[in-house]
Amino acid sequence: MSKYSVIGTRVHRVDGPEKVTGSAKYTFDMVLPNMLYGKILRSPHPHAKILNIDTSQAEKLIGVKAVVTGKDTLGRKQGIWRRFPELCDEEILCRDKVRYIGDPVAAVAAIDEYTAEEALDLIEVEYEPLPAVFDPLEAIKEDAPQIHEGVELNINVTRHIEWGDVDEAFKKCDHIREDQFKCSSQAHMCMETHDAVASFDYNGKLTVWTSTQSSYFIQRLLADMLDLREGDIRVIKPPTGGGFGSKFELDSAQFCASVLSMKLCKPVKIVLSREEEFTATKRRTPMYYYLKLGAKKDGTLLAKEVRVITEGGAYTGMGATALYLTGFFSSFPYKYPNYRYDGYRVYTNTAPTSAMRGFGAPQSTFVGESQLDMMAEELGIDPIEIRRKNGMTPNYEVPGQAYIQSCGLHQCLDKIEEHIKQRGKLPPNHGIGIAAYGFMSGGIFNWFDTPYAFSAALVRINIDGKVDLFTGACEIGQGSDTTLSMICAEELGIRLEDIRIHSGDTGICPADLGAWGSRETLMNGNAVKMAAADAKRQLMEFAAAKLGANIVYDMDIKDRWIHLVDRPERGVSYFDIVKEAIRGKDGEVIIGRGHYTPHHKGMISPAYSFGLQAAEVEVDPETGKYKLINVTTAHESGTVINPVGIEGQLEGAIMMAGGYGFCEDQPMDEGKILNPSIADYKLIRSLDMPETKILEIDTYEPEGPFGAKEAGEGLTNPTAGAIGNAVYKAVGVRINNLPITPEKVLRALKEKQKQGKKIK
Amino acid sequence: MKKELRLTVNGQPYELYINPKTLLVEALRDHLGLTGTKRGCNCSSCGACTVILNGMAVKSCSILALQADGEEILSIEGLANGTELHPLQKAFLDHGAFQCGFCTPGMLMSATALLDENPKPTKEQMKEGIDGNICRCTGYNSIIRAITAVVKGEYKEEK
Repeated sequence: MSKYSVIGTRVHRVDGPEKVTGSAKYTFDMVLPNMLYGKILRSPHPHAKILNIDTSQAEKLIGVKAVVTGKDTLGRKQGIWRRFPELCDEEILCRDKVRYIGDPVAAVAAIDEYTAEEALDLIEVEYEPLPAVFDPLEAIKEDAPQIHEGVELNINVTRHIEWGDVDEAFKKCDHIREDQFKCSSQAHMCMETHDAVASFDYNGKLTVWTSTQSSYFIQRLLADMLDLREGDIRVIKPPTGGGFGSKFELDSAQFCASVLSMKLCKPVKIVLSREEEFTATKRRTPMYYYLKLGAKKDGTLLAKEVRVITEGGAYTGMGATALYLTGFFSSFPYKYPNYRYDGYRVYTNTAPTSAMRGFGAPQSTFVGESQLDMMAEELGIDPIEIRRKNGMTPNYEVPGQAYIQSCGLHQCLDKIEEHIKQRGKLPPNHGIGIAAYGFMSGGIFNWFDTPYAFSAALVRINIDGKVDLFTGACEIGQGSDTTLSMICAEELGIRLEDIRIHSGDTGICPADLGAWGSRETLMNGNAVKMAAADAKRQLMEFAAAKLGANIVYDMDIKDRWIHLVDRPERGVSYFDIVKEAIRGKDGEVIIGRGHYTPHHKGMISPAYSFGLQAAEVEVDPETGKYKLINVTTAHESGTVINPVGIEGQLEGAIMMAGGYGFCEDQPMDEGKILNPSIADYKLIRSLDMPETKILEIDTYEPEGPFGAKEAGEGLTNPTAGAIGNAVYKAVGVRINNLPITPEKVLRALKEKQKQGKKIK
Repeated sequence: MKKELRLTVNGQPYELYINPKTLLVEALRDHLGLTGTKRGCNCSSCGACTVILNGMAVKSCSILALQADGEEILSIEGLANGTELHPLQKAFLDHGAFQCGFCTPGMLMSATALLDENPKPTKEQMKEGIDGNICRCTGYNSIIRAITAVVKGEYKEEK
């Protein structure tokens, strides 16, 4: 029997009933009395000076209540890397210059959306178009137009990571490969677009309801931009229709609605259209990759050198983190004794690129795992074997970078090897490709410059034993409300239905950095566990007195029964003790506090998940079309808190990461995204979805709550690489630029045929 | 120039005066306050606005409200019988067939229409039945497992 009574069990999501009945109220659904509707005017030019904005005609339109431009703001620039002022480069409402097609220049509030939209047409913006540059390889040239003043060669951020002696090590290698890859962009494609309802009142208080991954970030960034005190802004996150990395920076809906509301002292709602969502919110970072890999004959990897140039788009956003993490995770999950990374993020006149599920690791995993398979083939070594030979193991230190405690990669390799063997001989044109991966459980970064703990929680036990759990963690669909409630119930020894969670509301919850970087289970989970333990300790004082047991006995609570661990029959009801404890504390409710900030865990993350994925494809050599047949993943994320949640994360990641490998792309012409609608943006629908199988590996992470670590983004890392390797196994062509479309496969097959004929 | 519109939604008759340009999804959400039905794209590509019109799953962003004049509509708010959830709703809960929940109302309406028309669909037919509904979170397979459980009669006793 499990030693746990709540965690590891299959439960309904705590937000389930409201979501299956349509009664969950998203920001999108909100209507407030006297509410106005806002729309945003955006630049049609990729790069232009703003000479003049005439809003007079728009203001005259009946039903229009306010029109604002950059002149109505404080003219500040913001960015999520708050510690680095030079990376805070986004005004949101541009004053002098626009830098991409979609950059906001004005916003309107009107009695309804139609009127607001009509008003946008009446705003006259006089632009002076400037030369623009779209490709980072062009933007980095001497004669390229300068996108941000003072930024030479348009280089926004550079990152260098190095350990060992790479040049010496290459001299000792028997085989060296040099390869180039290109990783494409990807849209987050949240079902709920970015939206906000902002309400500024006559007391000078601003309340913002918004679809976000971090209420605290939005509160702080709005305070910076609007010159309000943090405490005068309350950000409330209602149920949120997806995030995937797109919703933890301050966005145009939140900012423009707030500016308009402050001007009018009325609530203003802005919902981005799907087209705006595609063209004017941030997206996955496209990357040019150069990789040099050196190995001994026996497959030992001695050295790796990586150079990356990323398409930054117009602003920094979280792009600096993506640049760092793609560099760090390019070494994953292997023990390179010598490693060097140089990354350059380059501004371009395209929609800004930023965080998206996996943060640069899906890119590094695609390129790294493709190249590793090529190296294995060159050496005549089985792909599983080369990964086994070099894969990370528990208690490994990435030199000068990170400490890895739990690591189940080798068990994952065993499981997938077994799976491939069981599959037996494959039919013609089928191939199974593998890709190994790892990911972090939240980052140990504080570029945001928060003075608060990274995570915090508060537990309040009411007289009837019902517990209110307050946390700044943000439920965005990933299931954190359920997982954190389970951790709270387990620690307190009560049932899931005894917990009521309040999350993502800065007015009542302690600050938390939010849902990104796969941080909630470990970081917020630790804070919740600590808060619950604090409350439990207070109950135990009264229970111990009541039971009058010898002090050497250990006490615990299980299923609402407070008892002596060695004599479970000697106990007292949780409910009785709650009543007595509150009476004993002069009527004060029981409050437990918890917080977590990682310490002594290196520079990246307190813990890492690992896994290996095998994708089977069937390629039609006549057309280049291929089907995703099966994706099997051996995955370890420490103790599984919420098994239904992990299944959902895994299968959902395959849809998104498979889409990244298979079909998702944002082609552009002169900075204009050519497919800004769901009709034209191809993604995996139910008919394309492969069979999925999960092989869960048991590990225990000492740093995590009950031994748990991340299970969110890491699962997005392997699929594109596994698909690329599978296509190669099936028909012998390797596609080095994402997505791996039928056109590219067919072209490569024809090329291969031509080459074959020449050789004959 | 507003026009009169008579609709029966979830068994309740309504009379509205609306702009002829109003879409069905707008009539439901903005005029009747039935915000369970979502909008994800406005080009009938995402399925978040799916409702059942005279027994057929339709995307309510792709028809004018006036085209539904005199017709019967079932939206997500009418799927449960009072507080008793529909078998598909129960199965979605048991199988974790949703995460952010934004596509869920439309997904449930497509699944309901599918089973109303064909109570014993094959797996391929189930996939076809929800192919017009995008879910960005789950990867669909848990949704197929939930529908399968209903088809197998796992929720029959409770009905």
